[in-house]
Amino acid sequence: MNQIVHQLTADTAGELGLGSELEFELAGVERPLAFGQQFTDVKSDKDAMIKVAHGTTTLAFKFREGVLVATDSRATRGNIIASQTVKKVIEINDRLLGTMAGGAADCAFWGRVLGMECRLYELRNRKRISVAAASKILANVVYRYKGSGLSMGMMVAGWDERGPGLYYVDSDARRLENDLFSVGSGSTFAYGVLDAHYRYDMSVDEAKDLARKAIYHATHRDAYSGGIVRMYWIHKDGWVAYPLEDVGELYYKFHPEVPLTNAADSPLTLASA
Amino acid sequence: MRTATAVAAPIEAHGHNHWSPYVDNGGTTLAIAGEDYVLVASDTRQSDGYAINSRYEPKAFVLSNNAVLGTSGCVADAKRLCEVLEQRAQLYQHKHDRQISTPALARLLSNTMYNRRMLPYYVFPVLAGLDSEGRGAAYAYDAIGSMERVTNSCFGSAETLIQPFLDNQVARNNQRGADPERLLTRQEALKIAIDAFTSATERDIYTGDYLEIFIIDAAGVHKETRELKHD
Repeated sequence: MNQIVHQLTADTAGELGLGSELEFELAGVERPLAFGQQFTDVKSDKDAMIKVAHGTTTLAFKFREGVLVATDSRATRGNIIASQTVKKVIEINDRLLGTMAGGAADCAFWGRVLGMECRLYELRNRKRISVAAASKILANVVYRYKGSGLSMGMMVAGWDERGPGLYYVDSDARRLENDLFSVGSGSTFAYGVLDAHYRYDMSVDEAKDLARKAIYHATHRDAYSGGIVRMYWIHKDGWVAYPLEDVGELYYKFHPEVPLTNAADSPLTLASA
Repeated sequence: MRTATAVAAPIEAHGHNHWSPYVDNGGTTLAIAGEDYVLVASDTRQSDGYAINSRYEPKAFVLSNNAVLGTSGCVADAKRLCEVLEQRAQLYQHKHDRQISTPALARLLSNTMYNRRMLPYYVFPVLAGLDSEGRGAAYAYDAIGSMERVTNSCFGSAETLIQPFLDNQVARNNQRGADPERLLTRQEALKIAIDAFTSATERDIYTGDYLEIFIIDAAGVHKETRELKHD
């Protein structure tokens, strides 16, 4: 009996357990991956029956003082807003952050797998994992599932012996290194702001202003982005999280000529009306 | 491309001209979390297209650790998911010699759903229970295990009718002068849940018949059933 219970729990641990023992249940059909994919709107079919949570605008850039990471907080399911309070930054450990764009569950799940693998690396090697190695673990893990319909665009950012590190990894297992990335449906708008104003030689406050501005403008133009701006600064001793900033209130900061108002308070006098 | 030969299940056309393993059985579930309680309410109508299969088929389930799993979507998948989750909660108890906590169960549900990433459960669950400090905890999920702890949530056919109402009356979003941190008393939550469902029943054809309400607190799970309109 004990043995049976042990076997059962070991099997279950393997299923929950993330890493290499990971196995997914598949449909009993000739091409289970293609069969399963037709029912979700993760990749292509917008009319698919199962709508999963999506995002996003995320960005990160290196600058003089480290790495700045910023995200919005909206998740959409089909055309409804599933949440305005999503945390799209994954705190992998006290030196490493990941960002989530694409399928929310995919990013959150594989981000946790990455967190586990980074911890195992520390225990095995008695030193912190580099940003390059961490991002490569993620790329290698998702490469095993390439073509099975995962959807994720993540950034891995941190600080290691080589200084600030920033990598982009996606569900096609593409892995890129650069000083600046933006990922998600709002990324084109964020890039517009970032490319116009980015300088390596920024102070922390200037970097925060730039990141906030880029996310704000992305939420303004991209219907799939919105909610609150979440910002992190990674320096040599770890990361710091900044207070959340509501995009609805930022509107009045970026448009000081517009009087702060509320639909419940009073009617507006519009120039065009 | 879409060969489904190995699957032994009734063939069912579903809008498209190919076979689908999923049915949307309609119905609505909501959860509201308070300081020392959490409430789950769901209607009991079960439909398939214009046909009503049952007027009383509950879709919220009490688990052995006094958490409640509220579901919506495909009933077959929801029941299976509930069984698997309960099995895993039992295995946890045998392995660790203590009952699984609600936050741990919430993560377990996420992993259980992601385990079917390649053939998802067509279920949008809310999980409700008390956290380790005794506070009301509700967790909302998508079909493949993306989770978030929330103070209120609504899933199902009347989701678009009820969720904005909860945003306004429970979270008090965008209300100048209102305290967004304030949680509802259980009387307030009960009243809002009942109002939400009586109103949704008027405008959603898939919601109605009976309303089952679970209130979970330190004393356990209290269930009550109420009448909704049957048309």
